[in-house]
Amino acid sequence: MATVTFDQATRLYPGSERPAVDALNLHVGDGEFLVLVGPSGCGKSTSLRMLAGLEDVNAGRILIGDRDVTDVQPKDRDIAMVFQNYALYPHMTVADNMGFALKIAGTPKAEIRTRVEEAAKILDLTQYLDRKPKALSGGQRQRVAMGRAIVRQPQVFLMDEPLSNLDAKLRVQTRTQIASLQRRLGVTTVYVTHDQTEALTMGDRIAVLKDGLLQQVGTPRDMYDTPANVFVAGFIGSPAMNIGTFPVQNGVATLGNASINVPRDAISALGNEDGGKITIGFRPESLDVVPAGSPDSIPVVVNIVEELGSDAFVYGSLARGAVTSGVHVQSGAGDEQVIVRVDPRQVPGKGETINVRIRAGESHLFHAGSGERIAV
Amino acid sequence: MSTPTPHRLQITAAFADPALLDLPWHVPLEQWPQEVLAALPRGISRHIVRFAKLSGGVVAIKEIGESVAYREYELLRQLRKLDVPSVEPLGVITGRLSPEGEPLEACLLTRHLQFSLPYRALFSQSLQADTTTRLIDALAVLLVRLHLVGFYWGDVSLSNTLFRRDAETFAAFLVDAETGDLHERLSDGQRSYDLEVARVNIIGELMDLQAGHYLSEDVDAVEIGGAIVVRYLELWRALTERESFDYGERWRVQARIDRLNDLGFDVGELDITTDIGGTTVRIQPKVVDAGHHARRLMRLTGLDVTEGQARRLLNDLDEYRAATDRQMEDEAFVAHDWLTEVFEPAVRKVPRELRRKLEPAQIFHELLDHRWFLSQQQNRDVPMGETVKSYVRTVLPDRPDEQAILGIRPEDLRDTDTDTLPTVPRERVEDDLDGDMLIG
Repeated sequence: MATVTFDQATRLYPGSERPAVDALNLHVGDGEFLVLVGPSGCGKSTSLRMLAGLEDVNAGRILIGDRDVTDVQPKDRDIAMVFQNYALYPHMTVADNMGFALKIAGTPKAEIRTRVEEAAKILDLTQYLDRKPKALSGGQRQRVAMGRAIVRQPQVFLMDEPLSNLDAKLRVQTRTQIASLQRRLGVTTVYVTHDQTEALTMGDRIAVLKDGLLQQVGTPRDMYDTPANVFVAGFIGSPAMNIGTFPVQNGVATLGNASINVPRDAISALGNEDGGKITIGFRPESLDVVPAGSPDSIPVVVNIVEELGSDAFVYGSLARGAVTSGVHVQSGAGDEQVIVRVDPRQVPGKGETINVRIRAGESHLFHAGSGERIAV
Repeated sequence: MSTPTPHRLQITAAFADPALLDLPWHVPLEQWPQEVLAALPRGISRHIVRFAKLSGGVVAIKEIGESVAYREYELLRQLRKLDVPSVEPLGVITGRLSPEGEPLEACLLTRHLQFSLPYRALFSQSLQADTTTRLIDALAVLLVRLHLVGFYWGDVSLSNTLFRRDAETFAAFLVDAETGDLHERLSDGQRSYDLEVARVNIIGELMDLQAGHYLSEDVDAVEIGGAIVVRYLELWRALTERESFDYGERWRVQARIDRLNDLGFDVGELDITTDIGGTTVRIQPKVVDAGHHARRLMRLTGLDVTEGQARRLLNDLDEYRAATDRQMEDEAFVAHDWLTEVFEPAVRKVPRELRRKLEPAQIFHELLDHRWFLSQQQNRDVPMGETVKSYVRTVLPDRPDEQAILGIRPEDLRDTDTDTLPTVPRERVEDDLDGDMLIG
């Protein structure tokens, strides 16, 4: 067991001006499941490969436990890349398939058997140990492959988009399996994905990266409740948060003839670079449908309604009266679009205008200039 | 049951062959009918892989996720552009639907490499130590070549490699690039990880053959796995190491180039620096290209063969030149005459029905061996004509067909477990050659 520390770790590819990973500071606790997430090109895989020893670290250090591994060869780092290779050997028993790496390393036979049996117990494979892989189902074979990594008892598991090759159904199943297995084993794990749902459902903590820079690290709840900036706000959550930028007039954010009340502290936090505007984020699930004319309500024209049984989502645009210069809204549905979760039993019709209000305490305020969260 | 909806099928192919449309894309690969399959042994794969007959040739088809399929297709195309020995990607098939409308996995198509031998056919009960060394050497050369062009393999293994006879050695070809990545330049960490993966996979694959009783328990799998590391490091050092010497020893520049040529590499760019006083010279190869002999033979004769074969053929060309006393003549003219007077007549004398046994250049290599053997035995220079007759009568008929290794029934292919392994008898041991084993 061990912690993992990125200390100002930087990777600059030759010939490129911007680092792929820029002075990353990140501490992964002993036994923790940390997910690196972000859009493609954000540096998440590069960070993982730096930890694996596959990428040079141009500045800073990487530690596993107290040991500085920055210049240590991958095979000497005591890590396991999981799912990189799970072709099973047809003539070997399940036990041998799991234990052969230990045999190569010269581990005594009795110890190999003990470790294999322990892993098999965790993986529900005990009764198959003396069978050939041929007799196993697809899911069981995958667990054997997992067992290979487990018996080595590495300090850290590394997983780089291990589910990307699976179909949607198997992805959800395997996601749950990996997460519960990791908790049972208690091995420090760093997991890379571009899928924020995967990140939210699996990680003890999530680190969001963009353009090689760490945006925020925290529990799934932290990321959802208090995103540190507009990027994280828009990236975490499904459907994505609605994010609007509005002119501030007389202490309120205005959208044509509508307005949204903004706490006084937030107004006073605005600076010159914000240009008299404020960015407000509101999740589709943080909106209530209210009668027309209610204070602080935003009129939305319904374009389409997505009914999911337990939920219904309105995809709409700001009503004409609310669209004025300086107002800009975006959501998971695109620019100038707003998504609203509505009562699935009271679904508005297409073309109808509904009035929505952000529930008290559920708006997210950001500087229009820097995109940073305004603490209030 | 409704009919399949082929209009949804999407074929992305480098060479669009209409015969592709005749393959049963609406059926999961595992259930393809025997009549479209070619009976070839498969390596260990985490995906379903089958060989199918197509327009007189054979294609390998792998069921794999769509994005991964396109990615691997592109990677294999790039590797071919970089002139690395790898299988030729033919295309990607997506949008497959079963008759019931169930979506099926995408397929990646590659051309089956003729005369190639999977390791499971080569490593058998009768495995000879020198065969092992040659296979491991071939894989080491392939890995070095891949690393030189910046390719990180991620899953180096015997299963992901095909071998072709290359004169007295083997040439290795990459067959699976799924886990790979092309980089500007590889870090030491990437190279060493690839090498460690290679070591562990090779040992695992050999242990598997032992578990299946295809390989003797006496073979030390761990030692063979360790050999790849040794051979790789030796070759990498020879190709990339910086060398310093006295200004007076400038002949060492040419010596280094000659040494690399001997190893089968051309030097595209050599870094030469001297210290300020000008007393020490440092050289380091910056760009090396494999295929020194193959390129030279191609330029002289148009023959496209592997490196070891080219080396052998060039030696014979040199002998011909000496024997005909034409050292002063333009090499290209002599090469042309050698081709029409020696090589082609010899290879053409092999009856058509025996030509599936080995590639022409490999047959010529064996003819040279056989001529040496006959000459030794009879204590005279046996001419090529006689050699061919003897070879066709006594040696070639006993050789298996290697154009496409056969030997297992298509029904066996339905099983992921290849219980029947086709074996290739061990090649005759040639000890008259001092060729460097590192060359594939």
